[in-house]
Amino acid sequence: MVNKILAVLEHREGTIKRSGFEAASIAAKLAKDLNTFADAVVVGDAISNINEVSKYGVQKVIHLKNSELANYSSSGYTEVITNLAKESNYDILILSNTSLGKDLAPRLSIKLEAGCVVDCVKLNLSGSDLILTRPTYAGKALIDVKILSDKKVITLRPNVFKAMAAENSAVAELVVKEISGVNLRSKVTSFKKSVGKMDVAEADIIVSGGRGMKGPENFHLIEELAEALGAAVGASRAVVDAGWRPHNEQVGQTGKTVSPTLYVACGISGAIQHLAGMSSSKYIVAVNKDKDAPIFTVADYGITGDLFEIIPALTNEIKKVKQS
Amino acid sequence: MKIVVCVSHVPDTASRIKVGSDGKTIDPAGVTYIINPYDEYAVEEALKTKEKLGAGEVVVVTLGSENSKETIRKALAMGVDSGVLLKDDNQRDSFGIAKALAEEIKAQGSQLVFMGKQSVDYDNSIVGQLTAELLDYNCVTVCVKLEISGEKVTAEREIEGGREVVETSLPVVITCQKGLNEPRYASLKGIMAAKKKTIEEKSAASYTPKSEVVGMNLPAGKQPGRIVGSDASAVPELVRLLKEEAKVI
Ligand SMILES: Cc1cc2nc3c(=O)[nH]c(=O)nc-3n(C[C@H](O)[C@H](O)[C@H](O)COP(=O)(O)OP(=O)(O)OC[C@H]3O[C@@H](n4cnc5c(N)ncnc54)[C@H](O)[C@@H]3O)c2cc1C
Ligand SMILES: Nc1ncnc2c1ncn2[C@@H]1O[C@H](COP(=O)(O)O)[C@@H](O)[C@H]1O
Repeated sequence: MVNKILAVLEHREGTIKRSGFEAASIAAKLAKDLNTFADAVVVGDAISNINEVSKYGVQKVIHLKNSELANYSSSGYTEVITNLAKESNYDILILSNTSLGKDLAPRLSIKLEAGCVVDCVKLNLSGSDLILTRPTYAGKALIDVKILSDKKVITLRPNVFKAMAAENSAVAELVVKEISGVNLRSKVTSFKKSVGKMDVAEADIIVSGGRGMKGPENFHLIEELAEALGAAVGASRAVVDAGWRPHNEQVGQTGKTVSPTLYVACGISGAIQHLAGMSSSKYIVAVNKDKDAPIFTVADYGITGDLFEIIPALTNEIKKVKQS
Repeated sequence: MKIVVCVSHVPDTASRIKVGSDGKTIDPAGVTYIINPYDEYAVEEALKTKEKLGAGEVVVVTLGSENSKETIRKALAMGVDSGVLLKDDNQRDSFGIAKALAEEIKAQGSQLVFMGKQSVDYDNSIVGQLTAELLDYNCVTVCVKLEISGEKVTAEREIEGGREVVETSLPVVITCQKGLNEPRYASLKGIMAAKKKTIEEKSAASYTPKSEVVGMNLPAGKQPGRIVGSDASAVPELVRLLKEEAKVI
């Protein structure tokens, strides 16, 4: 018998992220399959879009409110969510596999004596067993994992599960609990934003450039295409190591794992470590002059030709289509 | 101060992965094992910290089978003082690994522990946090900048859209990300010296597993995609496909 399920929703500067809604939606769906119900919790100060949570099928939306917890504190968030989970008997906690979720989930699992499985891309019920599927070995293999303990903490890879509004959306009850006396053993004192750029880990569309770009001076072609598409700029490790692009743009095994709706790879060969970070994208477009480049084994659409000719044409065509 | 650095022995990232006969783990035949790439940043940071303090000792701890000694030797060759192998020939879940590491860190009496942000076999990124919680230590993950002065720890961690500056204190587990430092190469002298350093073998602390791998599969191969053309004349057709077939723009 599974008791209640709790989705832990992440926000950035008071706005719940899309991955948070995905967690709420999956928690509600799993609860239905297990004949129980799900709640959602948000920790922070003011949360602007908290009312939106109710449409994803959870019963209660719990806001643990404290101005000192407006920013993430690993010790603080662990403490208040642990207390809530213990008091209200949640058996399964669902988080997103973001920087925050990855940091927090394992800590909660120890406090709750729960098994912890991260970066899940599929949830299946086999009888009453919950089987979690996740990529390993840089996406070269998938494992199915069963958590043996009654309590479970799991994280979902962002953008793999869709946040879907519940059919019979009874409006969730909003419960605000003021929290005090939290022990902030570690806290975030400031945030250094990478200037004016969208992060690849959160973008819905990514345009990435590799060594085929020939030099940093040509990346304006990538930036222009990204702008036309409303996309973030990504890079292969070869160009990050060469100092052409910053490390926070690197996609792959030693960079970021992304699963956008559209990934456009320009002048990237598609080495296994690069594919590890992006092969779960919904649609992949490759532009590469080598028709045997491994990137074409994962691409949905490809053009085998000179990117210096193709990318500017693509940028123009996208602009045209968007205007019409 | 005694600094512990935990390193894992993992398949080279370029390895071809085949599912073994048990259907749950990889077939090790033909796979080359290396020190986990992120753990090299951990070793470097441990050595740098020791050099800065001008005193102390760095101990490398690995849980695994006899073969993992290769990876311990690599850390010793980089300059780590001594090694401990927590011997277990069976695969453990992350909790089981953390349990054994935590017991050893306690036995060593270390207040400063370095790990990698992720091991490239199971790609979990959780052993550091689990170990820290078991010890009730602080923990900073995905660290790209670190300063320790006295008890005070100031670190920067890489997150979506930028870097968080975190303040905490010893005792602490730090998990290291690329960018934190440039790992040194093992010099010939280092490699020779490593042969004389001791690797203590201990049995790993027992535990009750919290999760179990019930199956391993290779991802279904993708259908080969469509090559739309070989020059800019294919662009309008590509854009049409993205708009009408994929519906992504
Ligand atoms: C431990 C480890 C971790 C790694 N982690 C990562 C990682 O996180 N991310 C990552 O990306 N890599 C990673 N790598 C590196 C990876 O193995 C490759 O070396 C790297 O991805 C290659 O980058 P690239 O595709 O840009 O360059 P290349 O492999 O050199 O490919 C360039 C491509 O551009 C094409 N090209 C050239 N000129 C043109 C043109 N005019 N028009 C069209 N196409 C053109 C070429 O045909 C070629 O396919 C890792 C490696 C190791 C060992
Ligand atoms: N078997 C092991 N022995 C020693 N350290 C380990 C082991 N497994 C994981 N670690 C450490 O924990 C970090 C994160 O591993 P993981 O959570 O498996 O991604 C690694 O970078 C290592 O520093």
